[in-house]
Amino acid sequence: MTDVDTTEPAGPAPPGGSQAPVAAAFIVAIAGGAGLAVTYALGGQNQLEGLCLALALGGIGTGVVMWSKRFMPVRYESEPRAPLQSTPEERAAFEADLAAGGGTFQRRRLLTWLLGGGLGFLGLASIFPIASLGPNPVPGLKSTPYRKATDDPDGLRLVDESGNPIHHTEPNVNGVITAFPEGSVGDEQAQTLVIHLREPMREPLPGQEDWGIKLSVDGSETEIIAISKVCVHAGCPVGLFEEQSQLMLCPCHQSTFDLMEHARPVFGPASRPLPQLPIDLDDDGYIVARGDFAEPVGPGFWDMYK
Amino acid sequence: MTGAATPEPPVEGPRTRLGRLGDFFDKRLGLARLARAALDKIFPDQWSFLLGEIALYSFVILVGTGIFLALFFTAGQTTVTYDGSYAPLQGVEMSAAYQSALDLSFDVRAGLFFRQMHHWAALIFMAAIIVHMMRVFFTGAFRRPREINWVIGLSLFLLAFANGFAGYSLLDDQLSGTGLRIGNAAVISIPLVGTWIGSFLFGGDFPGDAIIGRLYSLHILVIPLLIAVLLAAHLTILIRHKHTHFPGKGARDDNVVGQRLWPTYTAKALGLFFITAGVLALMAGLLQINPIWLYGPFDIANVSSASQPDWYVGWLEGALRVMPNWTLSIFGYEIPNPFWGGVLLPGVTFSILYAWPWIEARLSGDRREHHVLDRPRDRPLRTALGVAVLVFYTVLGLAGADDVIAVAFGLSLNAWVWALRVGCIVLPIASAFITFRVCKELQLRDGPAPATGQRAPGGVTPAGDAGGDEAASSDPVPGPAVEPLERLDEAKTPVP
Ligand code: HEM
Ligand code: FES
Repeated sequence: MTDVDTTEPAGPAPPGGSQAPVAAAFIVAIAGGAGLAVTYALGGQNQLEGLCLALALGGIGTGVVMWSKRFMPVRYESEPRAPLQSTPEERAAFEADLAAGGGTFQRRRLLTWLLGGGLGFLGLASIFPIASLGPNPVPGLKSTPYRKATDDPDGLRLVDESGNPIHHTEPNVNGVITAFPEGSVGDEQAQTLVIHLREPMREPLPGQEDWGIKLSVDGSETEIIAISKVCVHAGCPVGLFEEQSQLMLCPCHQSTFDLMEHARPVFGPASRPLPQLPIDLDDDGYIVARGDFAEPVGPGFWDMYK
Repeated sequence: MTGAATPEPPVEGPRTRLGRLGDFFDKRLGLARLARAALDKIFPDQWSFLLGEIALYSFVILVGTGIFLALFFTAGQTTVTYDGSYAPLQGVEMSAAYQSALDLSFDVRAGLFFRQMHHWAALIFMAAIIVHMMRVFFTGAFRRPREINWVIGLSLFLLAFANGFAGYSLLDDQLSGTGLRIGNAAVISIPLVGTWIGSFLFGGDFPGDAIIGRLYSLHILVIPLLIAVLLAAHLTILIRHKHTHFPGKGARDDNVVGQRLWPTYTAKALGLFFITAGVLALMAGLLQINPIWLYGPFDIANVSSASQPDWYVGWLEGALRVMPNWTLSIFGYEIPNPFWGGVLLPGVTFSILYAWPWIEARLSGDRREHHVLDRPRDRPLRTALGVAVLVFYTVLGLAGADDVIAVAFGLSLNAWVWALRVGCIVLPIASAFITFRVCKELQLRDGPAPATGQRAPGGVTPAGDAGGDEAASSDPVPGPAVEPLERLDEAKTPVP
């Protein structure tokens, strides 16, 4: 066992070879670095920055690797592994030292308990700041600003994304408008789809038969309905309307809802209908909500029906 | 020390400037001794041992590029009107966060380059971690005494995953908003405490006005710090254990065979760092990533269809998509659908992964210390299981892009989702079966692995062999007990 001898490696000599490619790599690196500085000084350009920096870094990297392959010793050696575990004597010595120093805790029982109590309560107290992080979640998840309509005989107007009330003549047959309750434009939970179905909903939920607005357009019966836009699966805005089949599709995980059958899920991971909003027309023919959605909107949670 | 100070022997002072610097530190820290031990540390060199290094280097690059970004980024959700140099969005209302990311992309010199390098480094970081984990799994490197490092490694994976998700959620573009919306749904789906956790994370209901700022302190401080600390522990334990090595070349459980750190291995490692950085720079320059200006600012009522998360999140997205629409009601309480794919699946996956070293020891009854790696073919059951799990998550990853794939190949989405549902059960089983056969076949063809000396149970070496480095040396300057092996370079271990 001898010391490392750099002049004459004990193993097979490095393969050696020409120095030129290594030198070339470093010269490329120098050029890349210089190019980067110039590019930057002239105002920068993304592709050039990438190229120059790649040359600078890659040149150094490949140069160093080539150097090591050509001119550095290749020598495999073996080194023993000492056992990881301490010997029984070492363990015994450790335990003895620990006990010798720790005896004071045994002798001063009361103090030890009190110290433990102090630390314990400190730990308990340090949990409470978590409560500062956010309010009680449930009220906001269970109702939307439409609840104001419940006690208002005039109902609450629906408005579009710019805050304009929606007249019942606005959505064409097969037209879809994203709506909010007046005064709450942009409210996540309250986003609503106002849809003009080309014929009245075939299978409304029991008790919700008159939640839409039945109209007569060019002699045929149609219906405007309002449903929650928040996907009941994971909350994406449901937004793709297939006129042909009167299906509403969520772009996130492709849950598909059949509007003819109370927006019942017919495909994908959603497991309940998009809740419907009871609507009516006010005296001026604008669409108003008569109450809140039938169920909590959006993704489900543990106590959503409690 | 109470004895009189020994007079320093007259030594010749160092002559070079570097020598004087070394002298300064050695007198105060005894550095030469430590540094020499480091130089002479033996590293087995095998290409698959470089995967962890690539992960490490990517992290270094993430911190470097991240610091640059942090000098310009604003983590605010206040509404501003864009007036930067990207014309299509001029006059559009957006959050301060999104605006500052646009400024980084268009108005800060080299800002786009740093953004893209940061994002590419994150993708490579995750890839390197996962492939590194695969190497450790398939070669049995997680077995005793390395269980702790397996646990730390998994934690690093989770932290990196979380930080990647937090990172691209910061920008407050349409894509990141959609990701956060789905993440929020998964969180509130947790029984009992879900809605509370959701409220504590978001400061109320989704989206609220707190989440970007909170993610920001997690992203640039808390998680990177945890990663750095765990990395340090990971590497310290690695040095304590010494590397594993593949069978052959005289590798035994009580030695380590390889090359010294200095100079060949150092050069290769340094070279690899620069090459990793160089490749990332090239990607950052030439390959566009996350062009947020095309997605637009986050708007709750909008979603860009065919929006895709970063690749390493794809399996979660896929799990949400292929899950049948089951929910569970217990006494009127609900377990909603996103719970299965978004919480239960990752929960179970990572619990099993964390416990794997102990599960395997229980199943095989082998609790001995191992330093020589398994060739995957010699552990056909483990290998088959690993392949099945990889195939399962790959199918889920494909499912995460099912709409894109369906459109690209003109398939019916409905049929395609059903194919994926069946596929994520059948394909793993089939591939496990095939892997098992192939392993057996390879074993027959190549014969048994080279014999290795087993350490006696309990990890104690037989008497006479104990004593470790110092005792075995008779050098005037005690150095590590290193024996040159003869002409081993020719007998390079076959890649298993
Ligand atoms: C585990 C390490 C990290 C990962 C995986 C990671 C990942 C990411 C990702 C994927 C993005 C989105 C990039 C984009 O498309 O623009 C991002 C953004 C960002 N990261 Fe990191 N990052 C890490 C560490 C850091 C550190 C240490 C810092 C700062 C000290 C940092 C600062 C930032 C900033 C300021 C942004 C937003 C600015 C922008 O991208 O426009 N990151 N990060
Ligand atoms: S969020 Fe609509 S299907 Fe998942």
